[in-house]
Amino acid sequence: MPDPVIRPDTPLLEVEGVRTRYGMIEALRGVDLSVHAGEIVTLIGSNGAGKTTLLNTICGEPRAHSGTVRFAGQDITRLATDRIVRLGIAHSPEGRRIFSRMTVYENLQMGALIADPAHFQDDLRQVFTLFPRLEERREQRGGTLSGGEQQMLAIGRALMSRPRLLLLDEPSLGLAPLVVRQIFAAIQEINQRQGMTVFLVEQNAFHALRLAHRAYVLVNGLVTLSGPGSELLANPEIRAAYLEGGH
Amino acid sequence: MAYFLQQLINGLTLGAIYGLIAIGYTMVYGIIGMINFAHGEIYMIGAFLAITTYLVLGGAEMASVPLGLMAMLVVSMVFTAAYGWTVERLAYRPLRGSFRLAPLISAIGMSIALQNYVQITQGARVKSIQPIIQGGFEIYSQDGFGVQLSYLQIIIWLLTVGLMIAFTYLITSTSLGRQQRACEQDRKMAALVGVNVDRTISLTFVLGATLAAVAGLITTLYYGVIDFYVGFLAGMKAFTAAVLGGIGSLPGAMLGGLMIGLIEAFWSAYFTIEYKDVATFGILVLVLIFKPTGFLGKPEVEKV
Repeated sequence: MPDPVIRPDTPLLEVEGVRTRYGMIEALRGVDLSVHAGEIVTLIGSNGAGKTTLLNTICGEPRAHSGTVRFAGQDITRLATDRIVRLGIAHSPEGRRIFSRMTVYENLQMGALIADPAHFQDDLRQVFTLFPRLEERREQRGGTLSGGEQQMLAIGRALMSRPRLLLLDEPSLGLAPLVVRQIFAAIQEINQRQGMTVFLVEQNAFHALRLAHRAYVLVNGLVTLSGPGSELLANPEIRAAYLEGGH
Repeated sequence: MAYFLQQLINGLTLGAIYGLIAIGYTMVYGIIGMINFAHGEIYMIGAFLAITTYLVLGGAEMASVPLGLMAMLVVSMVFTAAYGWTVERLAYRPLRGSFRLAPLISAIGMSIALQNYVQITQGARVKSIQPIIQGGFEIYSQDGFGVQLSYLQIIIWLLTVGLMIAFTYLITSTSLGRQQRACEQDRKMAALVGVNVDRTISLTFVLGATLAAVAGLITTLYYGVIDFYVGFLAGMKAFTAAVLGGIGSLPGAMLGGLMIGLIEAFWSAYFTIEYKDVATFGILVLVLIFKPTGFLGKPEVEKV
Protein backbone atom coordinates (compact mmCIF):
# COMPACT_ATOMS: atom_id res chain seq x y z
CA MET A 1 0.00 0.00 0.00
CA PRO A 2 1.35 3.46 -0.87
CA ASP A 3 2.25 5.74 1.98
CA PRO A 4 0.12 8.78 2.66
CA VAL A 5 1.56 11.88 1.01
CA ILE A 6 2.38 15.22 2.51
CA ARG A 7 1.04 17.88 0.19
CA PRO A 8 2.54 21.30 -0.17
CA ASP A 9 0.03 24.00 -1.08
CA THR A 10 0.81 24.39 -4.76
CA PRO A 11 0.41 21.26 -6.84
CA LEU A 12 3.33 20.46 -9.14
CA LEU A 13 0.96 20.08 -12.06
CA GLU A 14 -2.38 21.80 -12.32
CA VAL A 15 -4.77 21.29 -15.19
CA GLU A 16 -7.71 23.68 -15.17
CA GLY A 17 -10.69 23.63 -17.51
CA VAL A 18 -8.56 22.34 -20.38
CA ARG A 19 -10.27 21.87 -23.71
CA THR A 20 -8.45 20.47 -26.73
CA ARG A 21 -9.80 19.99 -30.23
CA TYR A 22 -8.80 18.04 -33.27
CA GLY A 23 -10.48 20.00 -36.02
CA MET A 24 -14.16 20.01 -35.11
CA ILE A 25 -13.92 17.20 -32.59
CA GLU A 26 -13.44 18.19 -29.00
CA ALA A 27 -11.28 15.52 -27.37
CA LEU A 28 -11.02 17.22 -23.97
CA ARG A 29 -14.08 19.08 -22.72
CA GLY A 30 -12.86 20.93 -19.67
CA VAL A 31 -10.52 18.70 -17.68
CA ASP A 32 -9.50 19.65 -14.13
CA LEU A 33 -6.93 17.72 -12.20
CA SER A 34 -3.77 18.17 -10.18
CA VAL A 35 -0.66 16.25 -9.29
CA HIS A 36 1.30 17.02 -6.12
CA ALA A 37 5.00 16.54 -5.62
CA GLY A 38 5.89 13.00 -4.58
CA GLU A 39 2.60 11.44 -5.72
CA ILE A 40 1.77 8.77 -8.21
CA VAL A 41 -1.45 9.90 -9.81
CA THR A 42 -3.15 7.76 -12.37
CA LEU A 43 -5.70 8.56 -15.01
CA ILE A 44 -7.77 5.65 -16.23
CA GLY A 45 -10.29 5.55 -19.00
CA SER A 46 -11.26 3.52 -22.00
CA ASN A 47 -9.91 3.84 -25.50
CA GLY A 48 -10.65 7.24 -27.00
CA ALA A 49 -11.51 8.89 -23.70
CA GLY A 50 -8.81 11.52 -24.25
CA LYS A 51 -6.05 10.22 -21.97
CA THR A 52 -3.24 10.54 -24.49
CA THR A 53 -4.59 13.86 -25.67
CA LEU A 54 -4.36 15.17 -22.13
CA LEU A 55 -0.70 14.16 -21.79
CA ASN A 56 0.10 15.62 -25.18
CA THR A 57 -1.70 18.84 -24.27
CA ILE A 58 0.39 19.12 -21.10
CA CYS A 59 3.46 18.91 -23.37
CA GLY A 60 2.12 21.62 -25.66
CA GLU A 61 1.29 19.59 -28.78
CA PRO A 62 -1.61 19.94 -29.52
CA ARG A 63 -2.25 23.14 -27.59
CA ALA A 64 -5.29 23.58 -25.37
CA HIS A 65 -7.68 26.01 -27.00
CA SER A 66 -8.95 27.07 -23.60
CA GLY A 67 -8.08 26.46 -19.98
CA THR A 68 -4.66 26.50 -18.35
CA VAL A 69 -1.87 24.07 -17.57
CA ARG A 70 0.42 25.16 -14.76
CA PHE A 71 3.68 23.52 -13.79
CA ALA A 72 5.17 24.47 -10.43
CA GLY A 73 2.94 27.53 -10.48
CA GLN A 74 4.04 28.68 -13.93
CA ASP A 75 1.56 28.89 -16.81
CA ILE A 76 2.90 26.59 -19.55
CA THR A 77 -0.23 26.41 -21.73
CA ARG A 78 1.29 28.42 -24.59
CA LEU A 79 4.93 27.32 -24.39
CA ALA A 80 6.66 25.30 -27.10
CA THR A 81 7.22 21.62 -26.36
CA ASP A 82 11.00 21.85 -25.93
CA ARG A 83 10.58 24.78 -23.51
CA ILE A 84 8.03 22.85 -21.42
CA VAL A 85 10.31 19.83 -21.29
CA ARG A 86 13.22 21.99 -20.15
CA LEU A 87 11.19 23.09 -17.13
CA GLY A 88 11.34 19.52 -15.82
CA ILE A 89 8.59 17.43 -17.41
CA ALA A 90 9.63 14.15 -19.04
CA HIS A 91 7.21 12.25 -21.22
CA SER A 92 7.32 8.58 -22.09
CA PRO A 93 4.75 8.79 -24.85
CA GLU A 94 2.18 6.50 -26.42
CA GLY A 95 3.89 3.90 -28.59
CA ARG A 96 7.20 4.49 -26.72
CA ARG A 97 8.75 6.31 -29.69
CA ILE A 98 12.24 4.96 -29.26
CA PHE A 99 14.74 6.44 -31.73
CA SER A 100 14.85 3.17 -33.62
CA ARG A 101 18.07 3.73 -35.57
CA MET A 102 20.00 4.83 -32.52
CA THR A 103 21.58 2.51 -29.99
CA VAL A 104 20.20 2.12 -26.49
CA TYR A 105 23.09 4.22 -25.22
CA GLU A 106 22.40 6.98 -27.75
CA ASN A 107 18.73 6.97 -26.82
CA LEU A 108 19.72 7.53 -23.22
CA GLN A 109 22.11 10.28 -24.30
CA MET A 110 19.18 11.93 -26.08
CA GLY A 111 17.20 11.71 -22.86
CA ALA A 112 20.02 13.47 -21.02
CA LEU A 113 20.14 16.29 -23.56
CA ILE A 114 18.73 18.92 -21.21
CA ALA A 115 20.37 17.57 -18.04
CA ASP A 116 23.63 18.77 -16.54
CA PRO A 117 26.35 16.58 -18.16
CA ALA A 118 28.04 16.27 -14.76
CA HIS A 119 25.25 13.91 -13.64
CA PHE A 120 25.32 11.75 -16.75
CA GLN A 121 27.33 8.82 -15.39
CA ASP A 122 25.35 8.67 -12.12
CA ASP A 123 22.04 8.81 -13.92
CA LEU A 124 23.12 6.17 -16.38
CA ARG A 125 24.09 3.90 -13.49
CA GLN A 126 20.69 4.42 -11.89
CA VAL A 127 18.83 3.58 -15.07
CA PHE A 128 20.95 0.46 -15.59
CA THR A 129 20.35 -0.61 -11.99
CA LEU A 130 16.62 -0.15 -12.47
CA PHE A 131 16.62 -2.00 -15.82
CA PRO A 132 19.65 -4.30 -16.09
CA ARG A 133 18.38 -5.47 -19.48
CA LEU A 134 19.24 -2.08 -20.94
CA GLU A 135 22.87 -2.43 -19.91
CA GLU A 136 23.05 -5.80 -21.68
CA ARG A 137 21.57 -4.23 -24.79
CA ARG A 138 23.61 -1.04 -24.54
CA GLU A 139 25.03 -1.03 -28.09
CA GLN A 140 21.97 -2.54 -29.76
CA ARG A 141 19.74 -0.43 -31.97
CA GLY A 142 16.50 0.70 -30.36
CA GLY A 143 14.39 -0.69 -33.20
CA THR A 144 15.62 -4.23 -32.55
CA LEU A 145 14.53 -4.36 -28.90
CA SER A 146 11.48 -6.29 -27.72
CA GLY A 147 8.40 -4.37 -26.66
CA GLY A 148 9.21 -4.67 -22.98
CA GLU A 149 12.79 -3.54 -23.48
CA GLN A 150 11.58 -0.61 -25.55
CA GLN A 151 9.27 0.39 -22.71
CA MET A 152 12.16 0.18 -20.25
CA LEU A 153 14.22 2.33 -22.59
CA ALA A 154 11.41 4.87 -22.95
CA ILE A 155 11.17 5.21 -19.17
CA GLY A 156 14.97 5.23 -18.80
CA ARG A 157 15.28 7.92 -21.44
CA ALA A 158 12.69 10.02 -19.64
CA LEU A 159 14.54 9.61 -16.33
CA MET A 160 17.84 10.70 -17.86
CA SER A 161 16.57 14.27 -18.09
CA ARG A 162 16.24 14.39 -14.25
CA PRO A 163 12.62 15.48 -14.44
CA ARG A 164 10.48 16.77 -11.60
CA LEU A 165 7.43 15.18 -13.17
CA LEU A 166 7.33 11.94 -15.14
CA LEU A 167 4.46 11.41 -17.57
CA LEU A 168 3.84 7.81 -18.60
CA ASP A 169 1.41 6.93 -21.36
CA GLU A 170 0.18 3.33 -21.15
CA PRO A 171 3.48 1.69 -20.25
CA SER A 172 1.77 -1.73 -20.05
CA LEU A 173 0.28 -1.66 -23.55
CA GLY A 174 0.95 -4.82 -25.53
CA LEU A 175 3.31 -6.35 -22.96
CA ALA A 176 3.26 -9.82 -21.40
CA PRO A 177 1.84 -9.93 -17.83
CA LEU A 178 5.24 -10.70 -16.32
CA VAL A 179 6.84 -7.73 -18.04
CA VAL A 180 3.93 -5.52 -17.02
CA ARG A 181 4.58 -6.44 -13.40
CA GLN A 182 8.28 -5.56 -13.81
CA ILE A 183 7.46 -2.20 -15.32
CA PHE A 184 4.99 -1.31 -12.57
CA ALA A 185 7.46 -2.42 -9.91
CA ALA A 186 10.02 -0.10 -11.49
CA ILE A 187 7.59 2.81 -11.48
CA GLN A 188 6.90 2.25 -7.81
CA GLU A 189 10.61 2.07 -7.08
CA ILE A 190 11.29 5.34 -8.90
CA ASN A 191 8.59 6.98 -6.85
CA GLN A 192 9.66 5.59 -3.48
CA ARG A 193 13.45 5.72 -3.85
CA GLN A 194 13.87 8.96 -5.77
CA GLY A 195 10.65 10.66 -4.69
CA MET A 196 9.73 11.05 -8.34
CA THR A 197 6.31 12.49 -9.07
CA VAL A 198 4.51 10.31 -11.60
CA PHE A 199 1.42 10.95 -13.68
CA LEU A 200 0.41 7.64 -15.17
CA VAL A 201 -2.17 7.09 -17.85
CA GLU A 202 -3.45 3.54 -18.15
CA GLN A 203 -6.09 1.29 -19.58
CA ASN A 204 -4.79 -1.45 -17.33
CA ALA A 205 -6.81 -0.07 -14.42
CA PHE A 206 -6.11 -2.84 -11.94
CA HIS A 207 -2.33 -2.37 -11.78
CA ALA A 208 -2.51 1.38 -12.11
CA LEU A 209 -5.00 1.83 -9.27
CA ARG A 210 -3.06 -0.45 -6.94
CA LEU A 211 0.02 1.66 -7.51
CA ALA A 212 -1.52 5.11 -7.39
CA HIS A 213 -1.96 7.40 -4.42
CA ARG A 214 -4.80 9.10 -6.20
CA ALA A 215 -6.68 8.45 -9.40
CA TYR A 216 -8.98 10.12 -11.89
CA VAL A 217 -11.41 8.53 -14.31
CA LEU A 218 -11.74 10.13 -17.72
CA VAL A 219 -14.86 9.51 -19.80
CA ASN A 220 -15.40 11.21 -23.16
CA GLY A 221 -13.05 14.06 -22.39
CA LEU A 222 -14.38 14.77 -18.89
CA VAL A 223 -13.22 13.71 -15.44
CA THR A 224 -16.14 11.83 -13.92
CA LEU A 225 -14.63 10.40 -10.75
CA SER A 226 -11.62 10.92 -8.56
CA GLY A 227 -10.26 9.65 -5.29
CA PRO A 228 -7.54 7.57 -3.66
CA GLY A 229 -6.45 4.63 -5.78
CA SER A 230 -7.63 2.04 -3.27
CA GLU A 231 -11.06 3.65 -3.05
CA LEU A 232 -11.57 3.58 -6.80
CA LEU A 233 -10.34 0.04 -6.89
CA ALA A 234 -13.18 -0.89 -4.52
CA ASN A 235 -15.81 1.17 -6.35
CA PRO A 236 -18.38 -1.16 -7.95
CA GLU A 237 -18.90 1.13 -10.96
CA ILE A 238 -15.17 1.15 -11.69
CA ARG A 239 -15.00 -2.58 -11.20
CA ALA A 240 -17.81 -3.10 -13.68
CA ALA A 241 -16.49 -0.67 -16.27
CA TYR A 242 -12.72 -1.17 -16.14
CA LEU A 243 -11.79 -4.20 -14.10
CA GLU A 244 -14.11 -7.08 -14.85
CA GLY A 245 -12.78 -9.41 -17.42
CA GLY A 246 -9.30 -9.63 -16.08
CA HIS A 247 -6.18 -7.70 -15.48
CA MET B 1 45.04 1.58 -69.71
CA ALA B 2 46.54 5.05 -69.43
CA TYR B 3 43.41 6.58 -70.89
CA PHE B 4 41.28 4.65 -68.42
CA LEU B 5 43.39 5.85 -65.51
CA GLN B 6 43.10 9.43 -66.65
CA GLN B 7 39.32 9.18 -66.82
CA LEU B 8 39.29 7.60 -63.39
CA ILE B 9 41.15 10.60 -61.98
CA ASN B 10 38.84 13.05 -63.74
CA GLY B 11 35.76 11.12 -62.71
CA LEU B 12 36.75 11.05 -59.05
CA THR B 13 37.28 14.81 -59.09
CA LEU B 14 33.89 15.38 -60.68
CA GLY B 15 32.40 12.90 -58.21
CA ALA B 16 33.75 14.91 -55.29
CA ILE B 17 31.76 17.93 -56.49
CA TYR B 18 28.54 15.93 -56.91
CA GLY B 19 29.03 14.17 -53.60
CA LEU B 20 29.41 17.43 -51.70
CA ILE B 21 26.23 18.82 -53.24
CA ALA B 22 24.32 15.56 -52.83
CA ILE B 23 24.78 15.59 -49.04
CA GLY B 24 22.67 18.75 -48.88
CA TYR B 25 19.80 17.07 -50.74
CA THR B 26 19.93 13.92 -48.71
CA MET B 27 20.09 15.66 -45.31
CA VAL B 28 17.20 17.97 -46.02
CA TYR B 29 15.18 15.07 -47.36
CA GLY B 30 16.04 13.06 -44.27
CA ILE B 31 14.86 15.67 -41.82
CA ILE B 32 11.80 17.25 -43.46
CA GLY B 33 11.03 14.85 -46.28
CA MET B 34 11.24 17.40 -49.08
CA ILE B 35 13.51 17.79 -52.09
CA ASN B 36 15.14 21.18 -51.82
CA PHE B 37 15.19 22.11 -55.49
CA ALA B 38 16.87 25.42 -54.67
CA HIS B 39 19.97 23.57 -53.46
CA GLY B 40 21.62 23.66 -56.89
CA GLU B 41 21.29 27.44 -56.79
CA ILE B 42 22.88 27.52 -53.35
CA TYR B 43 25.86 25.74 -54.90
CA MET B 44 25.91 28.27 -57.75
CA ILE B 45 25.90 31.12 -55.24
CA GLY B 46 28.82 29.46 -53.46
CA ALA B 47 30.74 29.51 -56.74
CA PHE B 48 29.91 33.18 -57.31
CA LEU B 49 30.97 34.10 -53.79
CA ALA B 50 34.28 32.34 -54.38
CA ILE B 51 34.85 34.31 -57.59
CA THR B 52 33.81 37.56 -55.92
CA THR B 53 36.30 36.99 -53.12
CA TYR B 54 38.94 36.19 -55.72
CA LEU B 55 38.31 39.49 -57.50
CA VAL B 56 38.22 41.49 -54.26
CA LEU B 57 41.59 40.02 -53.32
CA GLY B 58 43.07 41.37 -56.52
CA GLY B 59 42.44 38.50 -58.92
CA ALA B 60 45.52 36.89 -60.39
CA GLU B 61 47.70 39.43 -58.56
CA MET B 62 46.58 38.31 -55.08
CA ALA B 63 49.35 38.63 -52.51
CA SER B 64 49.48 35.06 -51.29
CA VAL B 65 47.86 32.13 -53.06
CA PRO B 66 47.36 29.84 -50.03
CA LEU B 67 45.90 32.65 -47.94
CA GLY B 68 43.78 33.78 -50.87
CA LEU B 69 42.38 30.28 -51.32
CA MET B 70 41.67 30.03 -47.63
CA ALA B 71 39.82 33.34 -47.76
CA MET B 72 37.79 32.19 -50.77
CA LEU B 73 36.88 29.01 -48.93
CA VAL B 74 35.86 30.70 -45.69
CA VAL B 75 33.96 33.61 -47.24
CA SER B 76 32.12 31.31 -49.61
CA MET B 77 31.20 28.86 -46.85
CA VAL B 78 29.99 31.51 -44.41
CA PHE B 79 27.91 33.55 -46.84
CA THR B 80 26.48 30.53 -48.65
CA ALA B 81 25.45 29.13 -45.27
CA ALA B 82 23.62 32.41 -44.65
CA TYR B 83 21.80 31.96 -47.97
CA GLY B 84 20.86 28.40 -47.06
CA TRP B 85 19.52 29.52 -43.70
CA THR B 86 17.53 32.36 -45.26
CA VAL B 87 15.98 30.15 -47.93
CA GLU B 88 14.65 27.78 -45.28
CA ARG B 89 13.38 30.65 -43.16
CA LEU B 90 11.61 32.44 -46.00
CA ALA B 91 10.40 29.69 -48.26
CA TYR B 92 9.98 26.50 -46.24
CA ARG B 93 9.39 27.17 -42.57
CA PRO B 94 6.16 29.14 -43.09
CA LEU B 95 4.84 26.16 -45.05
CA ARG B 96 5.62 23.53 -42.45
CA GLY B 97 2.49 21.58 -41.63
CA SER B 98 1.00 22.60 -44.96
CA PHE B 99 0.17 20.05 -47.66
CA ARG B 100 3.10 18.01 -48.93
CA LEU B 101 3.52 19.64 -52.30
CA ALA B 102 3.59 23.20 -50.95
CA PRO B 103 7.27 23.33 -49.94
CA LEU B 104 8.23 21.58 -53.18
CA ILE B 105 6.52 24.24 -55.26
CA SER B 106 8.07 26.88 -53.04
CA ALA B 107 11.50 25.30 -53.63
CA ILE B 108 11.10 25.49 -57.40
CA GLY B 109 10.05 29.13 -57.02
CA MET B 110 13.06 29.81 -54.84
CA SER B 111 15.33 28.18 -57.41
CA ILE B 112 14.03 30.44 -60.19
CA ALA B 113 14.19 33.50 -57.94
CA LEU B 114 17.82 32.85 -56.97
CA GLN B 115 18.87 32.25 -60.57
CA ASN B 116 17.31 35.52 -61.67
CA TYR B 117 18.73 37.35 -58.69
CA VAL B 118 22.26 36.31 -59.64
CA GLN B 119 21.60 36.97 -63.32
CA ILE B 120 20.49 40.52 -62.55
CA THR B 121 23.16 41.36 -60.02
CA GLN B 122 26.10 39.57 -61.68
CA GLY B 123 25.12 39.68 -65.33
CA ALA B 124 24.19 36.85 -67.65
CA ARG B 125 27.63 36.37 -69.15
CA VAL B 126 30.02 33.73 -67.94
CA LYS B 127 32.55 34.69 -65.30
CA SER B 128 35.99 33.26 -65.56
CA ILE B 129 39.19 33.26 -63.58
CA GLN B 130 42.70 32.34 -64.51
CA PRO B 131 43.97 29.09 -63.07
CA ILE B 132 45.28 29.77 -59.57
CA ILE B 133 46.94 26.43 -58.95
CA GLN B 134 48.92 25.05 -61.84
CA GLY B 135 51.12 22.09 -62.42
CA GLY B 136 50.98 18.48 -61.45
CA PHE B 137 52.61 15.13 -62.01
CA GLU B 138 52.67 12.75 -64.86
CA ILE B 139 52.06 9.57 -62.90
CA TYR B 140 52.07 7.06 -65.72
CA SER B 141 52.84 7.03 -69.39
CA GLN B 142 51.99 4.61 -72.16
CA ASP B 143 52.30 4.92 -75.93
CA GLY B 144 52.95 8.62 -75.69
CA PHE B 145 49.83 9.24 -73.55
CA GLY B 146 50.75 10.67 -70.14
CA VAL B 147 48.34 10.38 -67.24
CA GLN B 148 48.14 13.76 -65.51
CA LEU B 149 47.35 14.23 -61.87
CA SER B 150 47.28 17.93 -61.12
CA TYR B 151 48.05 19.54 -57.77
CA LEU B 152 44.56 21.00 -57.90
CA GLN B 153 43.02 17.55 -58.14
CA ILE B 154 45.01 16.41 -55.14
CA ILE B 155 43.88 19.45 -53.18
CA ILE B 156 40.26 18.79 -54.19
CA TRP B 157 40.46 15.18 -53.04
CA LEU B 158 42.12 16.04 -49.75
CA LEU B 159 39.62 18.81 -49.08
CA THR B 160 36.67 16.56 -49.91
CA VAL B 161 37.90 13.60 -47.90
CA GLY B 162 38.74 15.87 -44.96
CA LEU B 163 35.30 17.45 -45.03
CA MET B 164 33.56 14.09 -45.30
CA ILE B 165 35.46 12.78 -42.27
CA ALA B 166 34.72 15.90 -40.23
CA PHE B 167 31.12 15.79 -41.31
CA THR B 168 30.69 12.09 -40.51
CA TYR B 169 32.18 12.72 -37.09
CA LEU B 170 29.79 15.61 -36.51
CA ILE B 171 26.74 13.52 -37.38
CA THR B 172 27.67 10.26 -35.64
CA SER B 173 29.53 11.38 -32.54
CA THR B 174 28.47 14.81 -31.34
CA SER B 175 25.38 15.98 -29.48
CA LEU B 176 24.50 18.23 -32.40
CA GLY B 177 24.61 15.26 -34.77
CA ARG B 178 22.49 13.16 -32.42
CA GLN B 179 19.90 15.92 -32.27
CA GLN B 180 19.94 16.07 -36.04
CA ARG B 181 19.40 12.30 -36.32
CA ALA B 182 16.73 12.38 -33.63
CA CYS B 183 14.75 14.93 -35.65
CA GLU B 184 15.21 12.77 -38.71
CA GLN B 185 13.77 9.71 -36.99
CA ASP B 186 10.97 11.26 -34.94
CA ARG B 187 10.54 15.01 -34.80
CA LYS B 188 7.82 14.89 -32.17
CA MET B 189 9.85 12.74 -29.83
CA ALA B 190 12.91 14.91 -30.43
CA ALA B 191 10.93 17.90 -29.17
CA LEU B 192 9.84 15.83 -26.16
CA VAL B 193 13.44 15.29 -25.07
CA GLY B 194 14.08 19.00 -25.43
CA VAL B 195 15.51 19.35 -28.94
CA ASN B 196 14.73 22.69 -30.55
CA VAL B 197 13.43 21.19 -33.78
CA ASP B 198 13.24 24.42 -35.79
CA ARG B 199 16.82 25.28 -34.91
CA THR B 200 17.97 21.80 -35.88
CA ILE B 201 16.25 22.04 -39.26
CA SER B 202 17.92 25.41 -39.82
CA LEU B 203 21.24 23.84 -38.94
CA THR B 204 20.67 21.12 -41.51
CA PHE B 205 20.21 23.72 -44.23
CA VAL B 206 23.29 25.58 -43.04
CA LEU B 207 25.44 22.43 -43.12
CA GLY B 208 24.16 21.43 -46.55
CA ALA B 209 24.83 24.92 -47.90
CA THR B 210 28.34 24.95 -46.42
CA LEU B 211 29.27 21.77 -48.26
CA ALA B 212 27.63 23.06 -51.46
CA ALA B 213 29.77 26.19 -51.12
CA VAL B 214 32.91 24.06 -51.10
CA ALA B 215 31.64 22.33 -54.23
CA GLY B 216 31.09 25.78 -55.75
CA LEU B 217 34.62 26.84 -54.91
CA ILE B 218 36.02 23.62 -56.39
CA THR B 219 34.06 24.18 -59.59
CA THR B 220 35.41 27.70 -59.84
CA LEU B 221 38.99 26.56 -59.38
CA TYR B 222 38.71 23.44 -61.52
CA TYR B 223 36.82 24.75 -64.52
CA GLY B 224 37.54 28.45 -64.14
CA VAL B 225 34.20 29.32 -65.70
CA ILE B 226 30.76 29.74 -64.13
CA ASP B 227 27.49 31.45 -64.89
CA PHE B 228 24.16 31.91 -63.16
CA TYR B 229 22.83 28.71 -64.69
CA VAL B 230 25.45 26.19 -63.46
CA GLY B 231 23.35 25.30 -60.43
CA PHE B 232 20.55 23.74 -62.40
CA LEU B 233 22.33 20.86 -64.09
CA ALA B 234 24.81 20.25 -61.29
CA GLY B 235 21.94 20.29 -58.82
CA MET B 236 19.96 17.80 -60.86
CA LYS B 237 22.94 15.48 -61.11
CA ALA B 238 23.72 15.75 -57.43
CA PHE B 239 20.08 14.96 -56.73
CA THR B 240 20.44 11.92 -58.99
CA ALA B 241 23.52 10.99 -56.97
CA ALA B 242 21.55 11.25 -53.74
CA VAL B 243 18.80 9.01 -55.14
CA LEU B 244 21.34 6.56 -56.53
CA GLY B 245 23.03 6.20 -53.14
CA GLY B 246 19.71 6.06 -51.32
CA ILE B 247 18.07 9.34 -50.42
CA GLY B 248 18.33 10.06 -46.70
CA SER B 249 21.63 8.19 -46.38
CA LEU B 250 24.82 10.21 -45.92
CA PRO B 251 27.33 7.55 -47.05
CA GLY B 252 24.89 6.93 -49.90
CA ALA B 253 25.16 10.54 -51.05
CA MET B 254 28.95 10.37 -51.07
CA LEU B 255 28.93 7.05 -52.91
CA GLY B 256 26.27 8.23 -55.36
CA GLY B 257 28.27 11.38 -56.09
CA LEU B 258 31.37 9.38 -56.93
CA MET B 259 29.38 7.01 -59.11
CA ILE B 260 27.76 9.80 -61.10
CA GLY B 261 31.15 11.48 -61.54
CA LEU B 262 32.71 8.25 -62.81
CA ILE B 263 29.79 7.41 -65.09
CA GLU B 264 29.98 10.84 -66.64
CA ALA B 265 33.74 10.75 -67.11
CA PHE B 266 33.76 7.28 -68.65
CA TRP B 267 30.75 7.88 -70.83
CA SER B 268 32.36 11.04 -72.19
CA ALA B 269 35.59 9.15 -72.81
CA TYR B 270 34.29 6.01 -74.48
CA PHE B 271 30.97 7.08 -75.96
CA THR B 272 29.69 10.45 -77.07
CA ILE B 273 30.25 13.42 -74.83
CA GLU B 274 27.01 15.02 -76.07
CA TYR B 275 24.99 12.25 -74.47
CA LYS B 276 26.66 12.20 -71.06
CA ASP B 277 23.67 13.83 -69.38
CA VAL B 278 21.37 11.34 -71.03
CA ALA B 279 23.49 8.56 -69.56
CA THR B 280 23.35 10.09 -66.08
CA PHE B 281 19.61 10.62 -66.06
CA GLY B 282 19.03 7.27 -67.77
CA ILE B 283 20.67 5.73 -64.75
CA LEU B 284 18.36 7.68 -62.47
CA VAL B 285 15.41 6.17 -64.31
CA LEU B 286 16.84 2.66 -64.03
CA VAL B 287 17.54 3.06 -60.31
CA LEU B 288 14.05 4.36 -59.67
CA ILE B 289 12.56 1.39 -61.49
CA PHE B 290 14.70 -1.43 -60.10
CA LYS B 291 15.99 -0.20 -56.75
CA PRO B 292 13.91 2.78 -55.61
CA THR B 293 15.63 2.88 -52.19
CA GLY B 294 19.04 3.31 -53.83
CA PHE B 295 22.20 1.42 -52.97
CA LEU B 296 22.53 2.36 -49.31
CA GLY B 297 18.99 3.55 -48.65
CA LYS B 298 17.07 2.14 -45.73
CA PRO B 299 13.80 0.39 -46.33
CA GLU B 300 10.84 2.33 -45.01
CA VAL B 301 9.59 -0.38 -42.66
CA GLU B 302 11.19 -0.98 -39.27
CA LYS B 303 10.30 -3.30 -36.45
CA VAL B 304 7.88 -1.49 -34.22
